[in-house]
Amino acid sequence: MKLSIALAQINTVLGNVKRNLDKHLEYIEQAQAAGSDLLIFPELSLTGYVLQDLVPTVACRPNHDDPVFRPLLDASHKMDIMVGFVEEDVRNRFYIASAYLSKGETVHVHRKIYLPTYGMFDESRFFAWGDAVEAFDTRFGRAGMLICEDFWHASPPYLLWLDGADLFLFHSSSPGRGVSEAPILDSARWVNHILRAYSSLYTSFVIHTNRVGYEDGLNFWGGAAVYDPNGNLLCEGPFHEEALTLVEVDLNELHRARARLPLLRDERTALVQRELNRILNSGNRNSGR
Amino acid sequence: MVTRKLLTPQNIDLSINTDLTRKILTGFIHSEITRTGFTRAVIGLSGGLDSALVCFLAAEALGPENVLAVRMPYKTSSPDSLEDAQKVIDATGVQSMTVEITAMVEPLFARFPDMNNTRKGNIMARQRMIVLYDQSAAFNGLVIGTGNKTEILLGYTTQFGDSACALNPIGDLYKAQVRQLSKALGVPDSIITKPPSADLWAGQTDENELGFTYADADKLLYLLVDQRYTAEECIEAGFSPSFVKAVVERVRRFHYKRMLPPIAKISNRTIGYDFLYLRDWGT
Repeated sequence: MKLSIALAQINTVLGNVKRNLDKHLEYIEQAQAAGSDLLIFPELSLTGYVLQDLVPTVACRPNHDDPVFRPLLDASHKMDIMVGFVEEDVRNRFYIASAYLSKGETVHVHRKIYLPTYGMFDESRFFAWGDAVEAFDTRFGRAGMLICEDFWHASPPYLLWLDGADLFLFHSSSPGRGVSEAPILDSARWVNHILRAYSSLYTSFVIHTNRVGYEDGLNFWGGAAVYDPNGNLLCEGPFHEEALTLVEVDLNELHRARARLPLLRDERTALVQRELNRILNSGNRNSGR
Repeated sequence: MVTRKLLTPQNIDLSINTDLTRKILTGFIHSEITRTGFTRAVIGLSGGLDSALVCFLAAEALGPENVLAVRMPYKTSSPDSLEDAQKVIDATGVQSMTVEITAMVEPLFARFPDMNNTRKGNIMARQRMIVLYDQSAAFNGLVIGTGNKTEILLGYTTQFGDSACALNPIGDLYKAQVRQLSKALGVPDSIITKPPSADLWAGQTDENELGFTYADADKLLYLLVDQRYTAEECIEAGFSPSFVKAVVERVRRFHYKRMLPPIAKISNRTIGYDFLYLRDWGT
């Protein structure tokens, strides 16, 4: 089975959801013209990233009653769409969230678990953290979504893998940092390093997009990428420029890769559970609890 | 295989990829000027390295016709400075003008005959800021700052003078990195090789005034700031204790120059504490 993926690495207007929505609808048209089955936007693609006190003013709910999501859900009859937004829950807590839309329905919402609050980041000052890692079924197979810092931690991709995900759908608003003599930023090098690692370790497809543009002095580096279950880079978007990167992947590569390398078959989940229980219950204060 | 050696003053390497840096910085200038509805920029062009680099970057980002370089000599300014500034204007093709500040600052100097060089230097720097911000309104362009990371961290800058700007593309580059990027962009050699100077009085150089070289300061600041070394660890790495002490103290003492003035909190929501928006809010 073939899957045509479109990776949108867009710039956003900080705090102006209407203008960002208009750009989403333009990219959906472009992706449709290219025959895409699945279009992925970056983290917080509907709002911009350093929102600070703008958070409550840009929040929405991913359903048909919402004026932002209604046109996106309508458009999801043409192709499946993953967007980034600020979700307000029924108790008025705000999350960095990703929604997977298909055939007019919100199939799954993931709330960012790991909110970086160190160095240049201040996310947990403004957002509540998500408390679940769940894979979900799509018409292309089982998938899982993670947001930026979520996949800087090793455990959420592992949990998605055990929960049946063969398609890892990752997105970021990653500020560029670390210029050395190398032709790419430290941050870009690091992210692509771990994307390749996950695709290899989990013999799965890893699909990532990241925004571009500037917010005050921060630059966002783009560089969308898709890795196949053998750890091969299938496509890469440009750095620092808006782009719609298209790639067709052969999902049968999962079959071939896992016939060659049965890491999933041999994974000892009961051992993991037993040892994790022992470690967390041991009372050892040096454990990574 | 890359092996990482212990960092010492001899092997600290501040080299940057100039293509990548150029792309980020020209993109930054273009984004931060156009998103607010402007298309043009104003730069105070001293004839020194920092403003030369900024002029090259701005000309590339905005088109030279959209950049106004303003030369603002005082009567004792070195003629070389004017010439070097002219080389930048010629090389980039930016618009230019010369506004001598002597007649503007002399009356204030005369009012206080015992005024020392520091006061005079601050007045000149602030007078240049006034000229630039006036041209900002006349030319309908934003003032681009030219302070580098080394001088900002050392506080070697006049508050509300040369530090005043709408945006600063080179404030995260150490002086050595400014020099490296300048070479890559084609800044004339005479500007790259001459000793850095605020040119506030004859024969003044930054390094004489500071009491140490930028080459050393760059490396020490890189350990202290970028690598989060303690002062003790910098001394262990091989920097002299007195130099480390002087630099650490400068960074702390002049931090106020890098901050907006603190506002006394009275209400439940106060600018600077819990009224938090980027400047790019809504754009």
